[in-house]
Amino acid sequence: MSTAAPVEVEAPREVQDFEHDRPWIVIVWNDPINLMSYVTLVLQKLFGYSKAKATKLMLQVHNEGKAVVSTGTREKAEHDVARLHAHGLWATMRQD
Amino acid sequence: MFERSEGGGVELRLSSDERSLLAGLVDELRALLDDAPGDPSLRRLFPPAYEEEDEERAYRDLMGGELLDGRRSALDVVAQTLDRERLSPDEADAWLRALNDLRLALGTRLDVKEDTFGEELRRDDPRAPALAVYGYLSWMQEQLIEAVSS
Repeated sequence: MSTAAPVEVEAPREVQDFEHDRPWIVIVWNDPINLMSYVTLVLQKLFGYSKAKATKLMLQVHNEGKAVVSTGTREKAEHDVARLHAHGLWATMRQD
Repeated sequence: MFERSEGGGVELRLSSDERSLLAGLVDELRALLDDAPGDPSLRRLFPPAYEEEDEERAYRDLMGGELLDGRRSALDVVAQTLDRERLSPDEADAWLRALNDLRLALGTRLDVKEDTFGEELRRDDPRAPALAVYGYLSWMQEQLIEAVSS
């Protein structure tokens, strides 16, 4: 299947669908106990981020107090938060 | 103390003093998790996921037991491998999480702040011995992170 298939026109969505579709964001907050190197390592390990990307996010947490480390469906966000909690990071989630 | 092992994992070298200090700290936290999981010093080990109370309660009901079990088993791995000369990658990972949990609990009890170690600690500060242990755990965790990252 490539280009010849007819394009389906989507029916207009209800408002609550938009509500449902808005992504959830996972936030890691700065804290005085977790080591900077540890936060970087955990972000690399859990999300497969490069060292550069994980370091950038860690520095954002450190300097600005928080950073969004992942986004997605509510289920995915909750799974990510739980994994961050299992590693002792201060993570919360909310709908964007 | 920790070095990257050639076949993966980490080589471990601890003095008997270090082993007994760690064993004591691990026992203490393990007992607290078993007997008083609501203890205020453990609050950083179980931060809320949601701002909203009902959602947070549902998250706690769903994940609380699993998170508690994970913490217990990481501490058990440390207790069981203190005498070893080599840790597998999984064991090293459990050590990392357990060391972090020990620091979270002790750091919360000591009310550690960003600048706690920036100023000279007074000799008569009653927190001095515990802060020294906290500093030692931080140094140890840093060594282990370096070993698994190299």
